[in-house]
Order: sequence, then structure tokens, then C-alpha cells
Amino acid sequence: MKRLNWKGALLRPQFAALAAVLFINWLLFPGFFDITWQDGRLFGSVIDVLNRGAPVAILAIGMTAVIATKGVDLSVGAVMAIAGAVAAVMVTSGSPAIVAVAAALAVGLLCGLWNGVLVTYLEIQPIIATLVLMVAGRGLAQLVTEGSIVTFSDPVLIFIGTGAFLGMPMPVVIAVCLMLLATLAVRRTALGLLIEAVGVNRSAARFAGISSGVLLLVVYTFCGFCAATAGLIVAGDIRGADANNAGLWLELDAILAVVIGGTSLLGGRFSIPMSVVGALIIQAMNTGILISGFSPEFNLVVKSGVIILILVLQSPLVSQWVSARTTALPVRGPKRKPL
Amino acid sequence: MADTARPVVQARGIVKVFGQHRALDSVDFEVRAGEVHALLGENGAGKSTLIKILTGAYQPDGGEVLLDGAPVQFTDPLHAQSHGIGTVYQEVNLLPNRSVAENLFLGHQPTRFGIVQRKQIYAQARELLATYGLEIDVKAELGSYSVAVQQIVAIARAVMLSGKVLVLDEPTASLDHNEVKKMFEVVERLKARGLGIIFITHFLDQVFAISDRITILRNGQLVGTKDLNQVSATDVVRMMLGKDLAFHQQVVGAAESVQGPKQVEFKSMGRAGRVAPFSLSLHEGEVVGVAGLLGSGRTEMARLMFGVDPADSGEVTVGGKSVSIRNPAQAVAAGFGFCPEDRKLDGIFADLSVRENIIIALQAKLGWFRALNHDEQIEVAGRYAEALDIRAANHDMPVKLLSGGNQQKVILARWLAIDPSFLILDEPTRGIDVGAHAEIVRTINRLREEGLALLVISSELDEVVAYSNRVVVMRDRAMVAELHGADIAPSVIVAAIAENTAATGGTA
Repeated sequence: MKRLNWKGALLRPQFAALAAVLFINWLLFPGFFDITWQDGRLFGSVIDVLNRGAPVAILAIGMTAVIATKGVDLSVGAVMAIAGAVAAVMVTSGSPAIVAVAAALAVGLLCGLWNGVLVTYLEIQPIIATLVLMVAGRGLAQLVTEGSIVTFSDPVLIFIGTGAFLGMPMPVVIAVCLMLLATLAVRRTALGLLIEAVGVNRSAARFAGISSGVLLLVVYTFCGFCAATAGLIVAGDIRGADANNAGLWLELDAILAVVIGGTSLLGGRFSIPMSVVGALIIQAMNTGILISGFSPEFNLVVKSGVIILILVLQSPLVSQWVSARTTALPVRGPKRKPL
Repeated sequence: MADTARPVVQARGIVKVFGQHRALDSVDFEVRAGEVHALLGENGAGKSTLIKILTGAYQPDGGEVLLDGAPVQFTDPLHAQSHGIGTVYQEVNLLPNRSVAENLFLGHQPTRFGIVQRKQIYAQARELLATYGLEIDVKAELGSYSVAVQQIVAIARAVMLSGKVLVLDEPTASLDHNEVKKMFEVVERLKARGLGIIFITHFLDQVFAISDRITILRNGQLVGTKDLNQVSATDVVRMMLGKDLAFHQQVVGAAESVQGPKQVEFKSMGRAGRVAPFSLSLHEGEVVGVAGLLGSGRTEMARLMFGVDPADSGEVTVGGKSVSIRNPAQAVAAGFGFCPEDRKLDGIFADLSVRENIIIALQAKLGWFRALNHDEQIEVAGRYAEALDIRAANHDMPVKLLSGGNQQKVILARWLAIDPSFLILDEPTRGIDVGAHAEIVRTINRLREEGLALLVISSELDEVVAYSNRVVVMRDRAMVAELHGADIAPSVIVAAIAENTAATGGTA
């Protein structure tokens, strides 16, 4: 729908930030960009960034659509835990892995639908509506696992979390596929524009004949689906479902990734790939701090510093200043002809 | 007053350039103490820019501003305010959830030992508003009062903080007739107190009702400053537009006989508490005007027709077939379009581009999976932007950067793009300048000639008379009269509206 301007796209502050973080990582750890091929798959710190960043990236894909409608979904971390718990309990009780995965994803869809119904039909503010499931969801997950960490040895589930396809870790493959599919789905259909319209002005959207109710349901349901996918990956990775800790606080990382990616919390314009870049920035920082040997406590401080920097670069004030420096923009477009 | 000839604020040879665009080109302007000076011009003529320079929001690129004869450079509006120049905007810039008194004294509360003296605030607020002829409960939330009262509170605050010059930027745009009168009483009082008042509005009758002098800008240039008693309304319009276009549309009236087959029919549609059941049918190539006071149920009727509020009785037929309209999406599917009264709230998508704003209804009608691609969007937007002469530097710029008149045309273009059979326009000319005004009226006539059925709600009777084949009159949430042919005249319409006031003892 929109023609990509690669030169312009690569000049965005997010790419500069990602490059800077990666560069600093390289300074701290000269082997950062080394990649080796072993046992039919790629290994290296960069691959590790992609692999570890995948769950948040997947959450960010769904979260982008929700935030674009001027909403937010706080429950994605809890939904990850529920999905992981459902899959783990089902495989340990003998169900085939395919059924368990399908059930986990279906539960994710249901959770999203629930949020969507609260937001759309009961008109509860999204932050409150999804807070319900954020709190209750973890409890539900604990009920499913009966309070214990359910471990499993099902090869399919483990493959989802730790396997590789064409040398790439499965989480990365899943995240990339989901990103491409979601981007195509919103940009090749009218969904993207309609989502933006609802996010910018829901009342005007209604007057223009947009059925925003169905649209919001779809968006929240999709967000739940993304959360369940991320939940499966995390469960597969640790070969077990930990209802207490799976996905804990990841909703905040996902929201952050979306905001770093340039989608405003006020709704409207959004970009799914840029949110994924946001998730990678966050993960690159995490990994950098880890491999550089600093104590993990530094992580949060450094992270917040970098985030403040990115947000300042994106702030209207700075962009105004930059555009004033580069081109003097007319406030009113020149008239085509004098009246 | 002895010193009426003394200019309080003077602007000399003001130049302001934005990029390539000269927004103001050596403009002179002055306000004397004790006069109301109207500043007129089409949207984009440079009124706002001039005001922003006088109040310090912009710095001029050339020329100078003099206050009481001495050159000044205001760094920002607060600075200008401290030197005596206050501004009140169309949208009240106060806090609706705080009390009237708090709004008046916010930031300047009388305190003792750092503690706000509430009693004193309330007393002072009452005293202050009394000088404006306003006796209200100053402890109540500002938002609980009408826009007119809020405007007067805003004026009181501005005058208290400034005291020499008051700039009123379209203060009457969202007020009804009685509220405007009240506002003018306040302006008269301030004038008598020797304030210089700059009055910006789109309503010529208001200019003539209250102003002493007018200054007219066009395309960033000064056309002239005149004493009002030396010019006629036609002169003013001619000066604003630069040519004699004004209202050339001729009264249609007679066109009633040439209308086509029945297009839409509403049968005893109603909604309890909103509009009493009404029946109305519209034919191809017909404009039905809706007249009535604010709150008479005109907008409510339109909302019912478009499914914004679902009707609880009645039925709709389009082209002879019965259709169900429970929400706007169904109305759009049936080929209806609706330009709502509140453009900002219900009409435009401020952050989306002009192009997207035009194609959005068509896209909503086509559904999710039949997306218009980029080229189709450009084609559709281009076609209707040209048909309606929408002036935008390009169609990728956010629609919020356009003037009010152009935004209105964008919404009109949005509906023309779905090739509608029935179009509802609620106050299509509200808050837009005279030039765009005439264009919208011309467009309404053209659409009628092309066979569209239109329902046009307007408070401006001259306008209603100019384009309507039929006029229905609303009062007390019911349709009370239908006027045909020779009856379509302002005096008859006024009589039909007023009948009500006599019968019910006056609700206005």
C-alpha cells in the first residue's frame, strides 16, 4: 500500500540506535559478530540476540496492532503462562503435541477475544480491561499446572523452543514468519488503514461506516494469539511450564518495543517491522550487558538510559528542531492558485 | 471617549515568511482604545498569523509592533499578556473540571502564608463576573456551564490579566443566537471601559452588529482598513474575495417540478426522548432544507436517518426496497453519506493524510479484503479533490493542516467517493470562510443537478432558501412544517419556527 522508501527508512533513529547498541556490544566483546556453524545450525552472540529477542518481538507484533487502535494489552505475559501451562499439561497427560499446540493457541485466541469483548462491547478502558486478565491469568495458569512447574520431554514442543530450521533457531523463524504475515495482512488488505483510522478518531471512524467493533475484536484476538505463540516458545525453551514466571513483565517490554518502534500510545500510525526492531534493540542491550561481564543489576539502569535517549530522539520537539534545521517547512501549504 | 483616536497597539509593515510562503507581506494594522476592530479575511488570508505576531506567539520577519507608541518585542503570549494584550480563542482554553473561580484566578490565587484563600477567591470571582453581568455560582465546575458562559469567563480572565487589548478569535463560532447577544453585551461593556478589541469572525452580520472599523486581509496582504459606516456588506465581501462572486446562486423554488423518482423514504421514524416519529421522502435531484433552532431535534433527526442512534420505530426504504439501518456502516452500505456538524470530533482523521481521509468511507464500504491500492487511492482522492477544488499542497499531508473550509470539502469528497444516493449535510458551512462558503453552496446545487438527494441542515436561513426545493421545520424535537415553492422564504420559515415559541411559552 505504501511504497517503501528504503533510504528514508534506514535513516530512522531506531536503526541508528540498534547499530549503536550493536557497535558498543562489539567494543565490549570483540567476538560479538562471530558466527559459527555447528550441528546444522548457526551459533553466535548475534544469533543469540535474535533468538532471545523473539518472544518479545512476537508479543510486540500483536501489541502494535492493539496500540494502534489507541488500546493496550497488559495481559500478554499472563496469556503466555496460560498457553505454556495448557500445552505442558496436555502433553504430559498423553495428548499428541499437535493437539496440545493447537489447544494452547486456541486458549490464546480465547483470551484475546475476552479482552476484545471487554473493550469493545462493555467499553471498559483497555488498560483496565486487560489488567483483569493480567492478574487473573497467572492464577488460571497456576490452576492448570496445579501450582507446580510441569516439565515435559515432548520433542515437538522442545523443538519449537530450541530447534532450528535452515540453521536458524525456531523462535527466530516463527517471529520472522509472523512479522511478514502480519505485515502483509495489514498492508495488503485495508486492515492497516482501518486500524489507523479507528485509532486516530473512533467517532469519525463510526461516522465513516467503519465497523470498529469487529475490527477491535480481531486486533485483541490476534494479540492473544501472538502471546500464546510466545508462551509456547518460552515453555519449549525451558522444557516446562512455570506458571509463576513465564512471561513475567514481558508485557512491559512488548509495549516498550512498540513505542521504541515509533507507534504512538495515542494510536494511529503504526509499523509492525519497526516494533520488531524495537524488540531487538531491547534484547541487544540485555545480551550486551550479559556478555560484557557487568553485573545484571546494570541492565535496568543502562536500558532505561538508552530508552530515554531513543524517546528523546523521537519526541516532537527534537523532530521539529531537526526539520527546522534541514528544511524550513511552510505551516500552510502554498495555494495552487490565488483566488 | 476623548482618546478614541489613540492607537494602543500598532503593527507596521509586518512580514512573516514560512518557507517559500509569504504569510504576511508588509501589513499595517492598529487598534484604538475603546473600539471594536474586526479583522476579516478568508481562511489563509493571514489573520491568525497577524494575531500570533501581535500576541507574541510568532516573531515577525520584518516590520515592528508598537505598544502605546513604543516599539516592543514580545517573546511569547504570556509576555504580551503582561503588557496588556489578552486573547480568547474559539475553543475555551480553561479547565472544565475546576470551579469557575479557580479558573479565573489560576496561577494568580490570592494567598496568605502560601495557602490559597478560597473565600477570598469566591468573593472576588463573584465581584468580577458581576461587572460582566454574569451572576452564577462560581464554586460550580466550569464545564457545567454553557460554552457562552465559559467564553465570558475566559474573557474576564484575559481582561483581568491584560487590560489594554483583547483579541477575540472566533469567539462566537459555537454559540447560538442568544448567546451571541450576551457575548456582545460583554464586548460593549469592555469597549466602554476603553479596551481595544480585535474581533475575528466569519459572520458578517456580527461584524456589522458590533464593530467600529474593519481591516481586511487577502493572501497575506492588506486590502484596507475602513470605518464600518462607510461600507456595505457587499463591499466587504468584495474586498475579501477580490471579485464579485458572493452568492450568485439563484433561488431554485421552481425546480420542484423537475425532481426525479423517489429515492429514500423514512416512514414514521422516531426514537423516544430524541425525536418524535417523522416521515419524509426525498427524490432524486432534490434538496430538502432543515430549519430549526439549536436543540430543535434537527441533528437528532439526521443521526437517526444515518443510524448513528438507532431508531426505535419506523422504517426506511431506498429505491423502493426496505432496508435496515441500525448503524452507520449499514447506512453507508445503503448509499448514504453524512457530513456531521462537529468536523473535528466526528469528521476528520486529523493525523491521517488528505488522501486517506477522502478514500476512507469508500474503503470501509468495500470491506477489509478489497483494499484500494496506492494508485487507486491517488486516483480517487485526486478526482474528488479536483472536483471540489480542495486546496492542499499535496494529498499526503495530514488533513489537520488544512483550513476549516478545505477540511469540510475533504469530508464531502469522502462521501462523493462512495457514489452516494442520499447525502446528509449538518451545518456544512459552519465555521468556514465566505469564499469556501459560497463554494459549498454551489457544490450543493451542482450535486442536486447531478441527481443526488440531499438533506441539508443549516441555521443560515438565506442559505437554506437559496438551495432548497423543500424546507422542513423542526421544533421541540418534532417535524412541524413542510414548506413548498413560494413559502420557502426566510420570513415564512421564521414564522414556522416562532409559532412554537408563542405556543409553548418560549424554549429558546
